[in-house]
Amino acid sequence: MNVMTKQAPKELEPLIYDLSAAGRTGALLPDCDVPPSELPAELLRDTLRLPEVSELQVIRHFVKLSQLNHAIDKAFYPLGSCTMKYNPKLNEDMARLAGFAQLHPLADTESSQGALALMYQLQQWLGEIVGLKHVSLAPAAGAQGEFSGILMIRKYHLERGDTKRTKILVPNSAHGTNPATVTMAGLEVIELPANDGGDVDLDALKRVCDERGDEIAGMMITVPNTLGLFEAHILEVVEIVHNAGGLMYMDGANMNALMGVVKPGELGFDVLHYNLHKTFSTPHGGGGPGSGPVGVDDKLKPYLPGPIVAILEEGSDDEAPLYGLVMPEKSIGRLKAFHGNFGMHVRAYAYIRAYGAEGLCDVSRHAVLNANYVRARLMDTYKIPYPRYCGHEFVVEARLDGAPDVHALDISKRLIDYGIHPPTNYFPLIVPEALLIEPTETETKETLDEFVEVMKIIAEEARTNPELLHDAPHSAPTRRLDEVRAAKQLVLCCRPALPEAGD
Amino acid sequence: MAAMTYPSDLKYAKSDEWVRVEGDIATLGISDYAQDALNDLVYVQFKPVGTKLEAGDAVCEVESVKAASEVYSPVAGEIIEVNSALQEAPETINADPYGAGWLVKIRVSDASPLADLMDSEAYKAYCESR
Repeated sequence: MNVMTKQAPKELEPLIYDLSAAGRTGALLPDCDVPPSELPAELLRDTLRLPEVSELQVIRHFVKLSQLNHAIDKAFYPLGSCTMKYNPKLNEDMARLAGFAQLHPLADTESSQGALALMYQLQQWLGEIVGLKHVSLAPAAGAQGEFSGILMIRKYHLERGDTKRTKILVPNSAHGTNPATVTMAGLEVIELPANDGGDVDLDALKRVCDERGDEIAGMMITVPNTLGLFEAHILEVVEIVHNAGGLMYMDGANMNALMGVVKPGELGFDVLHYNLHKTFSTPHGGGGPGSGPVGVDDKLKPYLPGPIVAILEEGSDDEAPLYGLVMPEKSIGRLKAFHGNFGMHVRAYAYIRAYGAEGLCDVSRHAVLNANYVRARLMDTYKIPYPRYCGHEFVVEARLDGAPDVHALDISKRLIDYGIHPPTNYFPLIVPEALLIEPTETETKETLDEFVEVMKIIAEEARTNPELLHDAPHSAPTRRLDEVRAAKQLVLCCRPALPEAGD
Repeated sequence: MAAMTYPSDLKYAKSDEWVRVEGDIATLGISDYAQDALNDLVYVQFKPVGTKLEAGDAVCEVESVKAASEVYSPVAGEIIEVNSALQEAPETINADPYGAGWLVKIRVSDASPLADLMDSEAYKAYCESR
């Protein structure tokens, strides 16, 4: 059994609770100008321990913690748009404008016209980008986008009295959320194998559709797929599924490869979810929040999750239209309170507006070019299982000749020593020892070259001094973490234990 | 890396399960190759005892630091026992995949799919080709 190095991390910064001293305060409150009244005794508790610290202690504590962290604002981060590409600071400025940031979600329609106009325009633009003209911004994240997409497909079949369609086809390279979504929607997954080229196995697809076509509700597929490969026969895949009576769902996680180049609606997709927090550069991870709008064609429009923004009264040359929130006719319903994650809509709007149509094409072209450049430069050093042009990302099979004990995880941990965040590890599952590398459009050639050189040095170290990799990282604030213990003993909060009763 | 083992008294499935048949009882587990590829196992969840199985149905789910995978029964039958000690100590599967790391016992109702399984030589060749 491969036991991880279990070295206690150095104490780099105490918990905020350990900085506490009774009576110390961090904020000065003005004198109260109304008569105070005591809180009811039954609502008071003395078990809640809050840290008592000064403002400067708080600032230093969190600045130190942030400096221990790796971030895309500090160095190369080849997790790419999958996790979070660079978010231009303009987005943040726009989202902080008082008219957006301080608008109350229950403000009436007349006083929310600016925000509603922004949401309406974003719906239109997102629809244009993927060629599916009806869009709802309601889903709070990609998983909700997927969930609403599959619920729409389900409802579409049920409304026509077609109750036998309970199966969704999912390729084995899919994101794990796809089968989870299908199950949550009360449907069942039929898993499809990939062929040797990394595409969906068309023979297997035909066989399933011939044998059980009347049970197929639809297919969920990611384009480019999770191997970073554009499905070579996507038009045939769409045709086979449509001929069986199923609908096509596209997981838009990898839209960063396609903007302005391919419109999924024109390929025949019926529904797609966007990840604004991937493709459209809104924050993601560590609190996000995400945003996962869905786009559909005409036949699914009545089922969109709501509310969506519509024009209530047409405008004229002198007057703007009146925008308002409406629920689609046969909507699958609401996914959360209010109108989706509005702050993310503002950021995505700012991003699209700043780049413009031609700029968004360049984003995808550069993302694809950068990935192919790194792939081509690493081909002689690492095994690259699918030798063809990739989309915005590519997979390395991190098994090196002459270094049998070195695994993808060791290479990843060693990258940290060179100041580079590791790429995605061990996904997609169909490639052993996978490293999924996504440089994104914003990196310079110099940065890409530096990454390639580091990867070559690490390959050499793996052969000459594998222990260096097994013990990595050496230079990070914490050494190799015990992943088994982390998975089995979920302790997520850093706070002192509550005193025992009677303590 | 320690050499992989492929005991010769077992039959193997392409999806990396092993099976040992004694009378009408089949004992099922995952192979040394599978435990090595999955890396450290952290969680096992079984279908309940009494579950009726078709050949190819899942009997349990194993989760490692890398991935969650279903384990399939190559035979039809009924689950009569699960190795519940693994719920506290899933690492036993890594340490002893063919012994203490067994997963479930099945009373076999249709043994004919066993003929499609590989013997240890064929399975070893299959693993080494991957």
